[in-house]
Amino acid sequence: MQTAYKNWSVETDNKHIITLTLNQPGTSINVLSQSVLNELQCILATVKNSKACALVFKSAKKHCFIAGADINEFSMFHNHPDPYKTALQAIEHGQQVMNSIAELPFPTFALINGFCLGGGMELALACDYRIALEHEKTRLGLPEIKLGIHPGFGGSVRANRLLGVFASMSLMLSGRTLSARSAKKSGLIDDVIPQRHFNQSISHYLDKIKLNNNSGWTKHQRPFYLSLLEMDFVRPVVAYILAKNIKKRIHEAHYPAPFRLINLWKKYAGNTDLMMRKEAESVALLINTNTAKNLIRVFHLQELLKSQSHETASDNNSRLQHIHIIGGGVMGGDIAIWCAYKGFRVTVHDRSHEVLAQLVQRANIFLNNKLKNKRLIQAVLDRLIPDIKNQGIIKAQLIIEAIIEDVNSKQQVFIEAEELAPPDCIFATNTSSIPLDDISYSLKQPERLIGIHFFNPVSKMPLIEVVSSDKTSLKAKQIANLLATKISKLPLPVTSTPGFLVNRVLMPYLLESIVLYSEGIPAAYIDNAAKIFGMPMGPIELADKVGLDICLSVASYLAVSQNIKIPEILKDKVKNNFLGIKSGQGFYQYKQGKIIKIKNNYSKLSLTQVSDRLMFRLFNEAVACLDERVVANDDLLDAGIIFGTGFAPFLGGPMHYIKQKGIEEMDHALADLSKNYGERFKPTLGWEHLMPEI
Amino acid sequence: MKHQHSFQDPVYVVDGLRTPQLKATANPGPFSASDMAVFAARQLLLKMPFSAHDIDEVIIGCVMPDASEANIARQIALRTGCSEQTPAWTVQRNCASGLQAIDSGMNSIRTGRSELVMVGGTEVMSRAPLLWNNAMRSWLSEWFGIRSKGLKRIQQYSAQALRLRTQFFKPVFSLLKGLKDPIAGLSMGQTAEILASRFNISRAEMDQYALLSHQRLSQAIADGLLEHEITPVYDHNNHYFEHDTGVRKDSNLEQLARLKPVFDRHYGAVTAGNSAQISDGSSILILASDSVVKKYHLPVLGKLIDCHWQGLAPEEMGLGPAYAIPPLLHKYNLKLSDIDYWEINEAFSAQVLACKKALNDDEFCQQELGLGKKLGDIPIQRLNVNGGGISLGHPVGASGSRIVLHLLKLLKQQTFHSSEQSFRGIASLCIGGGQGGAILIEK
Repeated sequence: MQTAYKNWSVETDNKHIITLTLNQPGTSINVLSQSVLNELQCILATVKNSKACALVFKSAKKHCFIAGADINEFSMFHNHPDPYKTALQAIEHGQQVMNSIAELPFPTFALINGFCLGGGMELALACDYRIALEHEKTRLGLPEIKLGIHPGFGGSVRANRLLGVFASMSLMLSGRTLSARSAKKSGLIDDVIPQRHFNQSISHYLDKIKLNNNSGWTKHQRPFYLSLLEMDFVRPVVAYILAKNIKKRIHEAHYPAPFRLINLWKKYAGNTDLMMRKEAESVALLINTNTAKNLIRVFHLQELLKSQSHETASDNNSRLQHIHIIGGGVMGGDIAIWCAYKGFRVTVHDRSHEVLAQLVQRANIFLNNKLKNKRLIQAVLDRLIPDIKNQGIIKAQLIIEAIIEDVNSKQQVFIEAEELAPPDCIFATNTSSIPLDDISYSLKQPERLIGIHFFNPVSKMPLIEVVSSDKTSLKAKQIANLLATKISKLPLPVTSTPGFLVNRVLMPYLLESIVLYSEGIPAAYIDNAAKIFGMPMGPIELADKVGLDICLSVASYLAVSQNIKIPEILKDKVKNNFLGIKSGQGFYQYKQGKIIKIKNNYSKLSLTQVSDRLMFRLFNEAVACLDERVVANDDLLDAGIIFGTGFAPFLGGPMHYIKQKGIEEMDHALADLSKNYGERFKPTLGWEHLMPEI
Repeated sequence: MKHQHSFQDPVYVVDGLRTPQLKATANPGPFSASDMAVFAARQLLLKMPFSAHDIDEVIIGCVMPDASEANIARQIALRTGCSEQTPAWTVQRNCASGLQAIDSGMNSIRTGRSELVMVGGTEVMSRAPLLWNNAMRSWLSEWFGIRSKGLKRIQQYSAQALRLRTQFFKPVFSLLKGLKDPIAGLSMGQTAEILASRFNISRAEMDQYALLSHQRLSQAIADGLLEHEITPVYDHNNHYFEHDTGVRKDSNLEQLARLKPVFDRHYGAVTAGNSAQISDGSSILILASDSVVKKYHLPVLGKLIDCHWQGLAPEEMGLGPAYAIPPLLHKYNLKLSDIDYWEINEAFSAQVLACKKALNDDEFCQQELGLGKKLGDIPIQRLNVNGGGISLGHPVGASGSRIVLHLLKLLKQQTFHSSEQSFRGIASLCIGGGQGGAILIEK
């Protein structure tokens, strides 16, 4: 028997096993949209009283079980006159569907292949058994927290029941996703099965259930001792510990969801039904906060950046397999290691054997941490070829130059590349400051050159700036975007202007923090002000981390074209070799790479005054960049600043923040600052252009 | 009568590359045999205008791969990016495994089975394992075989524990086993002692030759002659190797004379100093048919003409080249003086010198080879001119392809004086177990 719905197909085999296969039309992933849930509700109502012996949830997508709730539907709540009530209704509806799965009188299974996240995971949790496919693309988790909410379809209740409070909270509070193996280890799923046995696993399980007992079946549950943590007088202690750990990283005012989640458990963990109801109410409240709205915006911005490469990805796939990197130092080496790790054949040329030997060692250390499996590590190292004789250049489809910031040396590299490389090979420079046209000046085909600006550390920073000039060809842009997709980076298209977007916007903010420091304000106070505003790391700490010498060189470069004055104290620090973490001393002192914090009391300037001075320099520069069309629009600008500098994601990006606060007000505030602190706060022309014309 | 083997299509060597040869130390070396081959092969492929996917077949010689390296050629093929559809096989003819790979590749091309073949040899001797002896192995399998439960289990474990004897712990040195001929009951060094005695080769002569080998290699390194055949290797601990590590630049006769004989301790003359070194290394070559050379416009190093293999008494295995070379010369109607350069693998000073003396000896050539008279003297200035196994090591499975590669690079450096002129070379090895192999190449 087979019945078809729009999203689901229902199939009953001769053993009375019902299989529900989710296959949303017109997309490569499944999400729990309203229509999926509605159909599921109908299906469950019909099978409830059938003589089935088991029910199985499957996905027809290749690498996706269910990726989560439908984020696009969130805006429906936001636009509704009574957003809280609409959201609550939708969430309670989801809970009902999950509950009816849990209440089915026969065993239920989730056969998980690929992504099983958020609402998808909650559906799997409502099943009796979860069986995942052994595959690198299988990822499981409850990452709702990253959107400023927490699980709402009973997930927080069920995860807790399954794993105990610490394991489930660590999963939900961090929002991290687990591989199939670690999910099995933690007890989140019952088994990991290779593809060759995946489809037969259900009958195997049913046989085992029948053998084990006739009266019912056993399910995985948290061990008994973990339920002791749920006793009334223990809960506040546990909750206190959890909250204390979270407070180290984030402020409740910025990100309320983690604290609400802990509170939910603390208050209601004893009572399942009540906890479910409160869970729904809590999510309905959270989903309408500015934090959640802005984090959802960030999610969409991420999708926006990703979408740049989708258009071009398919037909270029075969064209990019071998990347040749020139310069094996910190940046070149890290780019090489990352690209090889992501599947490319990479040759790295450097003139020094020592540099190449260090690179291989670094790769080995990185891969041992990342992959652990010897076979996979060997495969990556086999793809990463130290190339002292620069022979890879004749076979590469993409050459990335990452040598010293010197126009002449860079020109030489590409003149040689033009001679030796295949005719369809694209040239990329990792310059952070030199205009593309200066580098391509001596080339016969300057259209082959593009900038691909990586950020340090390459393995951690999600963004790359794709820099093009008027001459850059479409194909070069396509290849750069394709690279970004293949190496899981977000490409931000920018024009070839000094500092591009990220460094240019970041630098005034960093320099202002140094000015504040030289006015006698303690570094820790300045950093704290920035963190209270919402930055993930204080500017002074960041400068120390990046390296003061590097800050100085970028600033000096920008000073030529921009209205920037470099504080003397920065020059002095660099002169005295106080370079930050790497030299053990910068603005802070470091012991074995760890910061030594000194407590002090200071109250001349308020925290808001400090953070205003920092942030307004950043805003002012951001507006200037937008006005000069360094990036095409304000969404791209926000995306670049968030993913490139870590700018407070819960604020939705600088342009979004400016608009929320009111452009005119912000402009006035800036003008006030410039009265007190001078030229550097003078509103750039862009502000006028931002104002709606009256 | 003039033999002309016109039915044999030419087989070209496009290019080749090898790793430095790393002398074994007390600890296992940094690379496995397949790692070594991957270093050489992937760098070599970078220089080629075709991709690894275009290769039709991979043949690698290796004598003692690691237990995890069954059919090591297939692993090397896949690790260097050859297609999954490309067949790969491993050959083993002891010290000449690398040459066997070349011969097999040549045959594959001549029979039309393949047109583009990656061949070579690889060996990592420094990682040769220590093994449990058979008594220990039986004891262990009984120990792990105990299946009973409860008290009986404890009883069985204790009973088995009492059966353990100290001699069970005596390990088997797989490397030493490999370097001993079990039929003749002699170590390779002892077969060299036999040749020294038969051809009256003194300790002083052996040391003199060993010194020459070191001097020639150090000069070649200093002159950059090996630059185009070696690709550097990088380990995981921030070390790199550019040159063969066994060379002793400032070796001298006094030092060599001080070493004690290692195989026949009291009366012998073969020392560690005048024998080949135990080492790790790999050499890879690309062979191509005429049509492939034209298709990709490949530059070529030279042509492989033919190979000859010959057996002899295992006790005198070192004379292998003396048996294999004359038939090859005869087949192509060549005189000894028609050969421009010679590579006779240096397993032992005594063995190279014995081959040289044997071919220049009327009695030997008449009685053992059935020739009319002696073949002549291989001039020392044309033999192993840039050093050999004694100075740069003899990773058994790799040496065969190394000497062919080096000979080709050597011929490449010669300049033509007329268009009809061609240069010829012969590379030959003695083979443990009593065989000789020789290959004739031409540029």
